Amino acid sequence: MVEVRLRVNGADASLDLPPQVSLLDALRERLGLTGTKKGCDQGACGACTVLADGERINSCLALAVQYAGREITTIEGIAGDGPGHPLQAAFVRNDGLQCGYCTSGQICSAIGMLAEHGAGMPSAVTEHLCADGAELTDDEIRERMSGNLCRCGAYNGIVDAIREFAAAEAER
Amino acid sequence: MTSTPTAPTRTPSPVETGTGRSVGRPLDRVDGTAKTTGAARYAAEHPHPGLAHAALVHAAVTRGRITGIDAAGAEAVPGVLAVITHENAPAMKPPPPVSVLNLSSLASGSSVNYLNTDEVHWNGQPVAVVVAETPEAARHAAGLVRVSYRELPATVDFAAEEGNAVPQKSSALQSGGARKGDAEAALAAAPVSVDLRFTTPPYHHNAIEPHATTAVWDGDRLTVHEGTQNITWLRDHLALRFGVPVRNVRVVAPYVGGAFGGKTMVWAGTVLTVLAARVTGRPVRMALTREGVYRTVGGRTPSAQRVALGARADGTLTALIHTSVTQTGRTGGLPEQATSQSRHLYAAENILLRQNLVELDAVPNTPMRAPGESIGTFALESAVDELACALGLDPIELRMRNEPERNPVDGKRFAHRMLREAYALGAERFGWSGRTPEPGSMRDGGWLVGLGVASAYHPSWQMPANVTVRLSADGSVVVRCGFHEMGMGGATAQAQIAADALGVPFEAVRVEYGDSDLPSGPGAGGSAQTASVAASLLAACEKLKGSLLALARRSGGSPLRGRRPGDLEARDGGLWAGPAGPGETYAAILARAGRDSAEAAVGSDTRVGKVTGQLRFMSKLLRDRRRWVKAACGAHFCEVRVDPDTGEVRVSRWLGVFDVGRVVNAKMVASQLRGGIVMGIGMALSEETLVDPRNGRIMNPGLADYHVPVHADVPPIDVHCLDVPDPTMPLGLLGVGEVSVTGVAAAIANAVRHATGRRVRDLPVTPDKLL
Ligand code: FES
Ligand code: FES
Repeated sequence: MVEVRLRVNGADASLDLPPQVSLLDALRERLGLTGTKKGCDQGACGACTVLADGERINSCLALAVQYAGREITTIEGIAGDGPGHPLQAAFVRNDGLQCGYCTSGQICSAIGMLAEHGAGMPSAVTEHLCADGAELTDDEIRERMSGNLCRCGAYNGIVDAIREFAAAEAER
Repeated sequence: MTSTPTAPTRTPSPVETGTGRSVGRPLDRVDGTAKTTGAARYAAEHPHPGLAHAALVHAAVTRGRITGIDAAGAEAVPGVLAVITHENAPAMKPPPPVSVLNLSSLASGSSVNYLNTDEVHWNGQPVAVVVAETPEAARHAAGLVRVSYRELPATVDFAAEEGNAVPQKSSALQSGGARKGDAEAALAAAPVSVDLRFTTPPYHHNAIEPHATTAVWDGDRLTVHEGTQNITWLRDHLALRFGVPVRNVRVVAPYVGGAFGGKTMVWAGTVLTVLAARVTGRPVRMALTREGVYRTVGGRTPSAQRVALGARADGTLTALIHTSVTQTGRTGGLPEQATSQSRHLYAAENILLRQNLVELDAVPNTPMRAPGESIGTFALESAVDELACALGLDPIELRMRNEPERNPVDGKRFAHRMLREAYALGAERFGWSGRTPEPGSMRDGGWLVGLGVASAYHPSWQMPANVTVRLSADGSVVVRCGFHEMGMGGATAQAQIAADALGVPFEAVRVEYGDSDLPSGPGAGGSAQTASVAASLLAACEKLKGSLLALARRSGGSPLRGRRPGDLEARDGGLWAGPAGPGETYAAILARAGRDSAEAAVGSDTRVGKVTGQLRFMSKLLRDRRRWVKAACGAHFCEVRVDPDTGEVRVSRWLGVFDVGRVVNAKMVASQLRGGIVMGIGMALSEETLVDPRNGRIMNPGLADYHVPVHADVPPIDVHCLDVPDPTMPLGLLGVGEVSVTGVAAAIANAVRHATGRRVRDLPVTPDKLL
């Protein structure tokens, strides 16, 4: 057993864990934060995506002990103190979900993805690697979101939601 | 034009005509906020004090008997509570034999009485379950259980067994083969013909939520949280297996993280979680690993199919032959109707349809989105395209020349069929006339461009559903029915229907579902749930309005005195005699009568009620079957790009035009139709379960090795519904869950044929097949 101090959604939590416990299991089974989902436990589906210091990670591939002291944000925390994150509303409006099981991961991943894009990180479909910030085309969104599987096939609605949210953010 | 009126006519209500205020509107789904905030709790997410965790041990041989189990290593792991095996498990009643009088008897995924037998029937069958304080301890200990076996010979290779296939039986629920005229002779005599063999691999549902169960015993009462598509089947099955009265079992399933058929039957994980809870006296949760799902839950059968078509030079079909071989498991499985659509799609003069089966020592197969038609349309619609090439005819034109006026195999009437309209509209929207027929004639830079079409077809069903509706004096309405929500948006759709039927705002209606304590709903299968619930819901709303009117007439002073139900219109939260006529609100009626609510029920969950419901269902089914052929259909249009150097196929454009009857919620219907197309894209291009032909072991049991479509694989999908109600279905609904996956793989293969000149007959269309 090791003692791990996690900081999740702005709150501190101290847990006694076997060192092999994943961040995902720590969130779901120990902290009761079941909004983060387990679709494969192998890094293949993205359902477990959370933000660590604003960067998206697959929490099933992360050991909880490695994330001591990092700022973890899960779907339950993305709205901060607000009534809801505008991307959540955009998902509902654009029907970017069906069963909802991939949705937490899609939303957290999209927030991390937009930050990466905003920081000028290219993707496999970015045409000019040296240009200042690639335009956020639908192809860019699709490429960058391809680590998040949706078996219900809500992909069109998810892309619509992300595009709409990103455009609204750019307006601000 | 074949949508000749065939049903008795009467004055349709505003709900039926869609002139109400809610039905037809693209409203947001009511559980959208719960699902986007993480608040929605799925089966493995219900906390219980003292919860223990379980993990499965899977057989490492294919067929055999267990000769010994060494659990010492597992038992020594700190936190382990029990290692349950056939040596120490309490007896369970075996799964019941199938009977049409008890639909719940269909629930068993397999006939194996897990942990009550030393026999192993497939590679991966559960042979032990470990229960521990934490999920880590259970998983770790499960890996330490040592099992020895005496191996027995096993039959596992589908391709090798094809020649030993036996004819598939038909039943009330499943049609077998068909024969009209002499198709083989007509084929031999036909001036133009094709005779092709197709294969499809096994596929897996891969709902993103792996199967999970949380089981809590309280004495002889059992509560189960489970992502199931059939609450009633699961409840009845568990009651029988564990020897407790049905009323003692409660199944709670408000959210199901995708299912697609894979959560219809009761599989090992569920039964063993309940067993583990019984043995340990603790609430137990078992969330299967992704690999555990592959090992213990069936997938779609592989198939080998022959389609042979003979035609005159003008394209008139003289012969249609479609035969199939599919697989079931030795201990169960659904015989798939791969030739189903071939009974209905083309007016061939001579038809021969035959379905054969092989039984393998494998986990039993199970329904997966459009069992039968999804793989059957691949073969049929590919062959039709190939015939169009042979005839030098446009593939849409060939289809239209053979569009039947009546059901080809038996001359029954179609309740409704708008395939011509779907193709006409689709061709225009897609720009089909810009297609040059010559293979390889369309390019975009280095890419070869291909355009393909195929028909979609799925039979429409209606199941029994018990529903209650309660209207309160404050104007709120509660609809209660134990149906299932796996992403289809059922609660939203039923709220829309109830709102219009009662003339109240959509927001006033709350729908309770996903719980066996509610009136029994239909299973989520056969694309039948929405129509099935709608039928009973509409009837319940009529009853409710009738009793409210009776209340009004009994009390003095109501403007509704002397009015009959037929004169009245439900709107503005009450009953009114016509648009301008007198009337009053439900609240006023209830207040005058001194009541705070009124309720109506359709169907009953008493023993007699259930039997009556099932008999009524079977007799309606058989009566309907005699009179009409009912189905949803559609036309897929797809554009692919093929890299001539690498054989890579990208889907670049999609349009589906569907005849799914009335559309209750355009937003959710479009989502569901798109979802089927996405699954079809995977089926066509990347998905395939690989089975080791030596031992039947699945070799790619995970999402890293079984490739479902990702964002980058899916272009914007244009979906259009004709939105014309079917006169024989409740509210005119034909069901949307499955039709859109049918035909997709053929449309892609046809587009690839157009791009490259190559006909790929073995799914998936991977680059190696194009080089
Ligand atoms: S659960 Fe982490 S990627 Fe699938
Ligand atoms: S909404 Fe079901 S998996 Fe994405």
